Amino acid sequence: MEVLTILWREWIFFKRRFWHITSALIISPLLYIVTFGYGIGDSLIIDGKSYLFYILPGVISLTVMRTSYSAIAMRISISRLHEKSFENYIISPTRMQYLTLGHVLAGSLRGLYAGFLIVLIVSIFGIYLNVGFAFLGICILNSLLFSSLGFIAAMWIDTHYDMNRFTSFVITPMSFLCGTFFSLEEMPSVLKFIIELLPLTHSTQLLRSVVFGKDLSLKSIIIVVFYILVFFTLSVKVCYREDRS
Amino acid sequence: MIEIKNISKKYGNNIAVNKLNLKIEKGDFIGLLGPNGAGKTTLIKMIVGLLNADSGEILIENERLFRNNLNIKSKLGVVPQHINLDKELSIYEHMYFTGKLYKMDKKTIVDRTEEILEFLELNKHRKKLCKNLSGGMQRKLMIGRAILHNPDYIILDEPTVGIDLNTRIEIWDMLKKMKNDGKTMLLTTHYIEEAESLCERVALMDLGKIFYDDSPKKLIEKLGKKTVEYFKEGKTFYDYKDSLNEAKQFSNSLGENYMVRDTTLEDVFYSFANKRVE
Repeated sequence: MEVLTILWREWIFFKRRFWHITSALIISPLLYIVTFGYGIGDSLIIDGKSYLFYILPGVISLTVMRTSYSAIAMRISISRLHEKSFENYIISPTRMQYLTLGHVLAGSLRGLYAGFLIVLIVSIFGIYLNVGFAFLGICILNSLLFSSLGFIAAMWIDTHYDMNRFTSFVITPMSFLCGTFFSLEEMPSVLKFIIELLPLTHSTQLLRSVVFGKDLSLKSIIIVVFYILVFFTLSVKVCYREDRS
Repeated sequence: MIEIKNISKKYGNNIAVNKLNLKIEKGDFIGLLGPNGAGKTTLIKMIVGLLNADSGEILIENERLFRNNLNIKSKLGVVPQHINLDKELSIYEHMYFTGKLYKMDKKTIVDRTEEILEFLELNKHRKKLCKNLSGGMQRKLMIGRAILHNPDYIILDEPTVGIDLNTRIEIWDMLKKMKNDGKTMLLTTHYIEEAESLCERVALMDLGKIFYDDSPKKLIEKLGKKTVEYFKEGKTFYDYKDSLNEAKQFSNSLGENYMVRDTTLEDVFYSFANKRVE
């Protein structure tokens, strides 16, 4: 019941800002196609694929990550620190675990919508991806993971400035380091070890395996699920934190 | 009944609430008055579960309030000091959303919303988004939202701050009606006439403590029923006397710049606040 109420609330927000949200989400994939498709074209081949095709799974994974994270982090941060409307949830008879679940699902759905838009746009440009249950499942896991992280950040961080810092120090490095734009094989072993601890590395690898028709790594699935469980537990825990903002 | 027992709260080294005790019986309408920084909002935030006390406890119907205590939370209606509406929702959506959060069924939400919006004269604006409402309408909506689920306890933290006198009087009428319906109410306000008009009990608070807690009439009697207000050496002074005769005798020595009048709750508050400063 509480989860559906929260999802209804977020649906109203999405509906009311549909064109703002959609237009903002279309910009990045278009830039990737222009830059890596037309700019680099077929001059760079990785694993027998054109560079654009090679990076597409990573771009989808990265976009789902950024959108799930920022959709929820921005919404909660503004409603908690600026509008103060988030306290209505805390005051109301809403269980903290459902409060968390509702928001995490809402962020996850926004991430999936962003992923869907990329698949749609590249198909307009003649690039068709193998979108099946496995593809969707990995996108769902990825979106749940980063939506939970966005929830923790927004509930924990008490200023908009520090929210930006968190994005700069956590989300942006992951965007560049986790194998979206290059193969990790060439990385120095210490750096590779660190990168392999990051969740986006595994969701990108999984998505790339699906798109390229390779076997899925069980280790990567376990790591992604582990992160979801940890982040979701921390998300519920942070709801009990006293809000002094 | 709300029982606040020996409660304290610190922000760093600043003591916001200091071993405070207060009992609010069922059906009471109590006003909490105090200067800025007295600790009123901190106390309210602890009562509604937004802040945790460092020590002491708050019992509502003999139960402690915590984040997942749905039973107690569903009995509270809260109007905070600041506007905390969701800017992207319309008035009607706000009421519907609140009803759902309080687990009301759809029919009850619709019926109660109609009744409340009619009463608040917000019906014709029901489709307006909150960001497009005037300050007065936003305040009214916050009250409407707080009473939607028919709570037993209504906590109001400066509900009429920053709104014009006409709207304020409308809100007072609404609060009086809720009191007549048997609701237990706690109100903090800076408008003394608001407390005087609405509350049967007033608690004067400063430095995180309650110094006086009585009916407005008794608080006035304690200070003196008559006030002599006089101007001397570029400053206004107030002297409080128990009877008109005493006030007249005192004022005879003052020359021309004086006035004898009934003591009001505002005088009580002024005297209290000045004593605290001294």
